[in-house]
Amino acid sequence: MGSNSLYGPLDPAPDAGYTDAPPRMGFFTDTSVCIGCKACEVACKTWNAIPDDGFNLLGQSYDNTGGLTANSWRHVAFIEQPRSDSGAATGVPGAFAGLPTGPSASAQSAVIAATTGADTGTAPGLPPAVDALAAAGTVDPQLFPAAGTGPQFLGMPQTDLPGRTSDAPRTDFRWLMMSNVCKHCTHAACLDVCPTGSLFRTEFGTVVVQEDICNGCGYCVAACPYGVIDRREDDGRAWKCTLCYDRLSDGLMPACAQACPTESIVFGELASLREQAAARVETLQSQGVDSARLYGHSDDDGVGGDGAFFLLLDEPEVYGLPPDPVVTTKDLPDMWKRAGLAALAMAASVAVSFLGRRG
Amino acid sequence: MGVRTWIEGWPVYRQLTGTDPLGRGAAAQSDRSKSLTARTETADRVAKSVCPYCAVGCGQRIFVKDEKVVQIEGDPDSPISRGRLCPKGSASLSLVTSDRRRQHVLYRRPYGTEWERLDLETAMDMIADRVLEAREQTWEDADDEGRPLNRTLGISSLGGATLDNEENYLIKKLFTALGAIQIENQARI
Amino acid sequence: MAEAHPVGFQWVIEAKNRGATVIHVDPRFSRTSALAHTHVPVRAGADIAFLGGVVNYILSNEKDFREYVLAYTNASMIVSDDFLDTEDLDGLFSGFDPKTNTYDESSWMYAGHEEHGQAHEESHASRETASAQQHESHGPPLPGDVRRDPTLQHPRCVYQILKRHYGRYTPEVVEQLCGVPVDKFLAVCEAWTSNSGRERTTSLVYSVGWTQHSVGVQYIRTGAIIQLLLGNMGRPGGGVLALRGHASIQGSTDIPTLFNLLPGYLPMPHHAQHVDFQDWIDDIRHPGQKGFWANAEAYAVSLLKAYFGEAATEENQWGYGWLPRLTGDHGTYRQALDMIDGKIKGYFLLGQNPAVGSAHGRAQRLGMANLDWLVVRDLYMIESATFWKNGPEVETGEITPETCRTEVFFMPAASHAEKEGTFTQTQRLLQWREKAVEPPADARSELWFFYHLGKRIRARLASSTLPRDAGIKNLTWEYGEDEPSGEAVLQEINGFDLSTGKPLSTFNEMKPDGSTSGGCWIYTGVFADGVNQAARRKPGSEQSWVAPEWGWAWPANRRTLYNRASADPDGNPWSERKAYVWWDGSAGEWTGHDVPDFEKTKPPSYRPPEGASGVAAISGDDAFIMQGDGKGWLYVPSGLIDGPMPTHYEPAESMIRNPLYGQQANPTRKVYDRDDNPTNPSPPEPHTDVFPYVFGTSRLTEHHTAGGMSRQLAYLSELQPEMFVEVSPELATERGLEHLGWAHVITARAAIEAKVLVTDRMTPLRIEGRIIHQLWLPYHWGAEGLITGDSANDLIGITLDPNVLIQESKVGTCDIQPGRRPTGKALLAYVEEYRRRAGLIPGHHTPIVTTRAPEDADGQQ
Repeated sequence: MGSNSLYGPLDPAPDAGYTDAPPRMGFFTDTSVCIGCKACEVACKTWNAIPDDGFNLLGQSYDNTGGLTANSWRHVAFIEQPRSDSGAATGVPGAFAGLPTGPSASAQSAVIAATTGADTGTAPGLPPAVDALAAAGTVDPQLFPAAGTGPQFLGMPQTDLPGRTSDAPRTDFRWLMMSNVCKHCTHAACLDVCPTGSLFRTEFGTVVVQEDICNGCGYCVAACPYGVIDRREDDGRAWKCTLCYDRLSDGLMPACAQACPTESIVFGELASLREQAAARVETLQSQGVDSARLYGHSDDDGVGGDGAFFLLLDEPEVYGLPPDPVVTTKDLPDMWKRAGLAALAMAASVAVSFLGRRG
Repeated sequence: MGVRTWIEGWPVYRQLTGTDPLGRGAAAQSDRSKSLTARTETADRVAKSVCPYCAVGCGQRIFVKDEKVVQIEGDPDSPISRGRLCPKGSASLSLVTSDRRRQHVLYRRPYGTEWERLDLETAMDMIADRVLEAREQTWEDADDEGRPLNRTLGISSLGGATLDNEENYLIKKLFTALGAIQIENQARI
Repeated sequence: MAEAHPVGFQWVIEAKNRGATVIHVDPRFSRTSALAHTHVPVRAGADIAFLGGVVNYILSNEKDFREYVLAYTNASMIVSDDFLDTEDLDGLFSGFDPKTNTYDESSWMYAGHEEHGQAHEESHASRETASAQQHESHGPPLPGDVRRDPTLQHPRCVYQILKRHYGRYTPEVVEQLCGVPVDKFLAVCEAWTSNSGRERTTSLVYSVGWTQHSVGVQYIRTGAIIQLLLGNMGRPGGGVLALRGHASIQGSTDIPTLFNLLPGYLPMPHHAQHVDFQDWIDDIRHPGQKGFWANAEAYAVSLLKAYFGEAATEENQWGYGWLPRLTGDHGTYRQALDMIDGKIKGYFLLGQNPAVGSAHGRAQRLGMANLDWLVVRDLYMIESATFWKNGPEVETGEITPETCRTEVFFMPAASHAEKEGTFTQTQRLLQWREKAVEPPADARSELWFFYHLGKRIRARLASSTLPRDAGIKNLTWEYGEDEPSGEAVLQEINGFDLSTGKPLSTFNEMKPDGSTSGGCWIYTGVFADGVNQAARRKPGSEQSWVAPEWGWAWPANRRTLYNRASADPDGNPWSERKAYVWWDGSAGEWTGHDVPDFEKTKPPSYRPPEGASGVAAISGDDAFIMQGDGKGWLYVPSGLIDGPMPTHYEPAESMIRNPLYGQQANPTRKVYDRDDNPTNPSPPEPHTDVFPYVFGTSRLTEHHTAGGMSRQLAYLSELQPEMFVEVSPELATERGLEHLGWAHVITARAAIEAKVLVTDRMTPLRIEGRIIHQLWLPYHWGAEGLITGDSANDLIGITLDPNVLIQESKVGTCDIQPGRRPTGKALLAYVEEYRRRAGLIPGHHTPIVTTRAPEDADGQQ
């Protein structure tokens, strides 16, 4: 045991007792090429035979999964974001630059129709047509009292929808998508607090719940700095991404990475993924995507670096990620004596009960 | 299992004696975890296939164990898809194996309010009878000027874009020989 | 593309990573837009205005790839003096007949060949039979010897005609019509043209919603004109790429389950045009014409030999007399209306769900409710099988189970994993699927079903002596005892040399003397050397980037059509960077990365002798070998119903008066003018303000078409669990719609309800000085499955493209109101009230000809 293997840079598999560990494996999720198709969610569920998460329209853009849960080990977040930086410099005006705002002139429209059509004797029951060209320019506030009165709350995640007033003309817009997943932290609080040894560090440096051991105590749920691990309602046990431990054992890629159409999810040796990611950031920045940055790649962060890290195009909070996660067991060594004693006592009692049963 | 082996398999023993004193890794690994293997590796055979959804034509590998499909995933050999699948393609396993899939013939009699079960052979005979009857009732030998028509407008068919070429070939061949021309598929839609 | 073909989109991402610019033009900001460099929101239904503006930009700035255009297109050909443009006739071309709403096309023809043009009656018959579809594999007939002006200065040469035609499609007009600001439009033009030429190519990709317009064929034509002008056809990284939406929809067009075609795009015989075998053959091959269609007789005889075997002899015209004849339009929409009228007895649905997936769902369901019997073959229970108890018309009382006589057979189908066979994907590639397991219980393949249905029918007719039964009795129909072998059927499709029993290797081996068979000539070669070429699976990583040893592409395993154009007229690559297929002078043959789409040993310098016809008439620089003149067509002198050049017409339903022409919409569009198929009013009709918004429909990544393969699966259903409608914040404000609240959308056909998604991805556009709102709906929902909802296709009426009889379902007008729609009989009254307000009362007819030109004053105003 190192001086403090609960915090700071570290190669987790050897630290967890694997004398001949393979290189640490992980995910690099490059959100700049994510198309939000959710193949990762489905491939994960198909492989791991995970139950569905219910059929609920959430209205969070195209995200109807809502987050990582015991039944969703991959989750694609969608962020609709009005802004001027389109994510790529092309010299072409932004998506919505120059497009109109304000209400339509539809009720006053169909000028030509009204003046050229033969009267069929039917009554549309709408206000008489006026000059549409003029109408478009000067909307009658009597007809459209809601027009131009500023943003209205529409129940969207972002309350400040732009583009509805001439004060906030449409400029550009982008739609960010990110496939979120368990971070497989170097210092995994879920694992540190697990009293049963259900959560364990694999030889690949990943963190896995052993479903045959988990007793559903739920300590891990509170411990996770990312809010990833979760208990399943029906069986009470904790579930999360295993980085397809069974597939890795056979030299296969995790199901999500195998399916991902655009290689937004890249699986590989963590060390080379970090190099690849750094190069990608550099490329994007050289293309004018100044907002490209990595998240969870650094050994020096609060969890000792993530086994699953990300390239983001905005602040982590925008994607619902904590900006500065810290392993919740950082101060555990101070508490270790008591906790260790308690654990030993519990282990001893378990052993007694085992022996008793065998007898 | 001898006592010693059993003791060695005991996590706390391993934790206290092994390289993993905190009991978070090697010592905590359960037998199940240790023996985990991908079900694709233990399949009896693999069929090379193609995704049934859109027309990109992604390669699929269908893994079969005990005559059951146990996994469908992308075929990395495919120069079209390079092993990848979209959410629909990734859901192919449940498309094939879902218990919502219909496996038996159902029959709704005229003016009926519910489905009834029917055996396959009976259904086939009934359909053959109805095709011939509809053909008989609506047969046209020739047009007003005596030019051959040799057809029926009493039978329609729609579908084929999700079927195999071989199937479309037999469908068109049979219907054409029967004089049924109102044969259409999604390509008109 | 990211939305509906995500795995195909990996190649766009790869191109983008290598520096390609990606531009997405779409009314709605989709997942494709999110990854594009630029999203260009446009008004739905104004695509020809947009693309015509690009053509105008190219021609007025001389940005065309001149050497390519001169060599490989018909730019220099001289058109008849009689031709008059839409610019002259207020939106009509010369030759229009307002009685039939079709054209006499003789004036469109090249000068001196006017007699080759289609007359009214032919044009009418062509529309009814969607004959343009035959041109999927080849162009329509044309003479080879056409006057040309290589300087492109002649005022009647195609280049100048094109330039005049699109002269008014200026950036300002594009802005007015499409809502795309001038600077943004010019940026697109600049990007497209600067990335095309000798060293670079640009690809135009569309999804087949583009075909679902009353001017769908002309949309694609406009794209083709641009790609020809810029030299992007037949070259790597170029082309006009159709992303089709079903696993083998390309195959079901090649080996058609379509009323107007036989395998390999041979036309179904027409009762008046093809009375006997020779009429039929001559109509396909056009004696004296150049190109590969000269051999049509060999293809046709081989098909009849495959169908009728020994019974097909020269004496009985190879059994031609047993084939049924068309008399007009027998398309799927005609059929639905005929079902309503009680003309059709029985209906097979084979993995198809028209109650949700076809336009005018109500007409579809009412038609099915008026059949004697219906056979539905599918994996899951679908709406088309349960219309009699779960359809919307049951709720309104229009269908009641106790009074609905339709007998329904639901036959469980085998899945793709449970049968062997080939799909043809969107790039014409056939890929063989191995059978993984047996289908469960009563589930069977279509191969099994139709084989055994055929066996039963043949047994019942075995003793018949009626002439009508001769065809079915003489059919070759021996495919084993239980499940037919897919390989045996594929071999029959490939064809045999009947004297040796060996599979044919190429359609060039087919003979018109009955010594060969072959069920689909363009597929000949799929079993070359007796090997199932479609089953080839050499890993992509172990072969060239063209991957010629993965599957098999028709024709002749060619991956890029017309690839002769990837080399210059002398046979050298246009550039090293874009080398694909070229002439190897020392070896005396064409070579390259792909199978050359040209006779292998015909040198670039070859010029046909006087009077040559057929293949011998193809010149060494005729890159477009299936076209009657060997050239790519900027201008279509023959073969299209609605004009030789794409012209902006408004959709059949629009609130905008066509600002370019008096002619409002496509004058030749196929309409079914009946009270149960009303069309929302468009200018110059009054009351267009009853349906003041534009709507479009399309797919979501998470679902598949009518939902039968996605709404039944939990893993897909949870991802998009409810029917919704997307509106802009502006429209939400205008109509008082709340995010995640209910709204209903109304047209003259139906009112459907959906949850509201208010999103900035939808934007209003300024059109003609007015602000136009567009809303968008997915069309996947219906009454069966884990998740249910109203069907967007119920909103849509039946108006068809005249060339291929595909419905206009990607644009229409509507109203949207907050809250849920009425239910029961109140729903019918609600929609009826909208119709009344819109003037769609009994006796109303939508005007077709709306020109203001005096010579058309006799049109139906």
